[in-house]
Amino acid sequence: MPAYPSPRVASKIYVLVSRLKGVAVSVVSYLYAALFYLATAILIVGVGRRILLYSRTPAPLKIPTTPAPTTTPGVVARMFREVVFFESLFKSNKWTWLFGWAFHFGLLLALLRHLRYFTDPVWSWVAFIQSAGVYAGYAMVFGLVGLWIRRLAVDRVRYISAPSDHLMLALILGIAGSGLLMKFVWHTDVVALKTYMLGLMSLQIKQLPSDPMLLIHLALVICLMIIFPISKLLHAPGLFFSPTRNQADNPRERRHMPSNAG
Amino acid sequence: MKAEFDIPVITHYPQTPAIQVDAMVHSQPFVAKPDHQEPLGFPGELVEDWHDKAIDKMGELLGKYRSLQVFMDACVKCGACTDKCHYYLGTADPKNMPVARQDLMRKVYRRYFTFAGKHFPKLVGAADLTEEVLDDWYKYYHQCSECRRCSVYCPYGIDTAEITMAGREILASVGIGQKYSNEIIGKVFKIGNNLGLPEPALLDTLEGLEEEVKEDTDVDVRFPVDQKGADVLLVTPSADFFAEPHVDGLIGYAKVFHQAGISWTLSSHASEAANFGLFIGSQGNMQRVAMRIREAALELGVKRIVVGECGHAWRVAYSYWNTLIGPFDFLDPDYPAPQHICESTYDLIQQGALKFNKEENDDKVVTFHDSCNVSRASRMGTMPGGQFVIPRALIKASCNHFFDMRQETIHEGTFCCGGGGGLLTDDLVELRVKGALPRMQALHEVIEEHEVTHMAAICAICKSQFTKVLPYYDLGMDMIISVHQLVGDALELGVER
Ligand code: SF4
Ligand code: SF4
Repeated sequence: MPAYPSPRVASKIYVLVSRLKGVAVSVVSYLYAALFYLATAILIVGVGRRILLYSRTPAPLKIPTTPAPTTTPGVVARMFREVVFFESLFKSNKWTWLFGWAFHFGLLLALLRHLRYFTDPVWSWVAFIQSAGVYAGYAMVFGLVGLWIRRLAVDRVRYISAPSDHLMLALILGIAGSGLLMKFVWHTDVVALKTYMLGLMSLQIKQLPSDPMLLIHLALVICLMIIFPISKLLHAPGLFFSPTRNQADNPRERRHMPSNAG
Repeated sequence: MKAEFDIPVITHYPQTPAIQVDAMVHSQPFVAKPDHQEPLGFPGELVEDWHDKAIDKMGELLGKYRSLQVFMDACVKCGACTDKCHYYLGTADPKNMPVARQDLMRKVYRRYFTFAGKHFPKLVGAADLTEEVLDDWYKYYHQCSECRRCSVYCPYGIDTAEITMAGREILASVGIGQKYSNEIIGKVFKIGNNLGLPEPALLDTLEGLEEEVKEDTDVDVRFPVDQKGADVLLVTPSADFFAEPHVDGLIGYAKVFHQAGISWTLSSHASEAANFGLFIGSQGNMQRVAMRIREAALELGVKRIVVGECGHAWRVAYSYWNTLIGPFDFLDPDYPAPQHICESTYDLIQQGALKFNKEENDDKVVTFHDSCNVSRASRMGTMPGGQFVIPRALIKASCNHFFDMRQETIHEGTFCCGGGGGLLTDDLVELRVKGALPRMQALHEVIEEHEVTHMAAICAICKSQFTKVLPYYDLGMDMIISVHQLVGDALELGVER
């Protein structure tokens, strides 16, 4: 074996190192990249396994909460109203509904707004909702603060709250708050950020802007992704599998057998 | 009425009480003796390795019921259900809030079946299954009438009744069953009905009813038993055979069949519609109880099965029979199988087969109590919500004065009578009286506003429960009546159809 690399290998190493130096990608960029990949894997595998578990567990009996639709299109409509308008919650408690709905639809809009970091060129409708997206941040904070006040102030809700319920609110409020602060106070280099995100998607590590607020924002998001499949955030997939909501009320018309359990 | 406990006060407006920790911690039903447990396939007393057995059973149920698995995961502790349970509203015990009742199981689920609970129990409120926890389960899973009111209001449709049923099944499977329900199921297996009424006594009672109706109306209304070749098999709760006001309902059914010229029969083999297998969460026992009805229908060669006024029985019949004891391909496909007595009478009215003299009920101002299992776990007729329309249509066809109670307390929002789900036992009187508060409150309002004199119901448990608790609220026990009593009293017998 030669004591030192052959000239060809040596020149290759030289080129590689100089390229790296030229980009000067920070350690933090690598760290966040690793965390993002890990969190994404945990989120997808974790939630995927949960969905598999739910779909494999039989629903041996008919238990829709009636009055319930008698047909499949009717069930789809019921689920739609439940997912989009939070119909049952509206019947139940107008304050919780208001805060919960403001939060969730703020969240949805904010998520869609963030698609601009992952698409190039940015889809036109994503560009279109950019300005509305800012209000989404306010709506989220409004909803979260309302829910938290309720959790603390109403004795019944306080009684049923575990530390994790408060922490979850803190975490999401932290995400929304740091996002808004970046928008209005400590701006970050959104172009570089987009380059980094697009890089992640094509398995290339680019330079991540090192603004503290951005790093906080992203760290909290990574946390949320990781705990999603082991927390009450499973209510999102759970709703679609809830037999009291997704079954049609037709036991006399159609014999429900575990083999056709739906 | 005097009592050992404070009777809740009916206030001007319904109120949600502030929580009072452990307010009902002393309330629990008698535990089943080995004699009550063993015929149902449960161990006679607490098994030695109850901890592992209970956790195993929980794992088994999680794999068997999607409802349980999803409900354990999905709750976000939003609190929307906390003020929806009549037992919370009547007792203020926070463990009677639906979510807190679920949490008694959820904390154990988290501890043994989830990553977060295994590694960070304090953080997520997970807890080991200890004797105290088991104790809490026994107490508070017997302070839930499995009425499903909470499931209407939960954004994910979490039905605490499903969790209560699972809790009771786990308890029974380690040897801690509930005496009341299990003893009754044993009687059904042995004698054929909940009351343990043997065949000769049944025949005797029905003969007595024929004489009574003859005396009252001068018409020969029959109450046939085991009549082979009859068109209709009537399966009704055994309370209908002798309890007041139930029996007047039975007389009503018989008059309707008589007047419509329908040949019908009861069965001594299946002289009971009730199915307490539902209450204890045991699908096996529920199926075994239900199977008698299929056997009776085949044996008698009937064309239709009609179910009498009973809430949970109708749930089992409507929602589960087809799965558990179907298919009903031997019955007349022109009729729904099974059919509710109210559906049957309603159809006859629509066809013009019945004539009423409403003035017969002019001494009454009537309201209607929707029973939970009919309202939230089944249907009547072809349209969703038919279970609300049809019984009211019967009442309106047979009396002139009808008023509904406040909107949030009827239809899908109806409050349980306080005695459902296997709690209709004297060892739980305090719970039953307190749990009736929201219904009493709403009833009180229509009494004040419309001078209501009677509350009609279509459930044997509701009728027995109200008979018992109305006096505690200074109301007459005879306020509660059967819908088919109103129908029977106003029905014109013997006239040309
Ligand atoms: S309403 Fe549903 S999600 Fe909310 S606390 Fe009650 S059970 Fe949990
Ligand atoms: S099912 Fe009924 S009794 Fe049980 S917790 Fe829900 S509301 Fe209360």
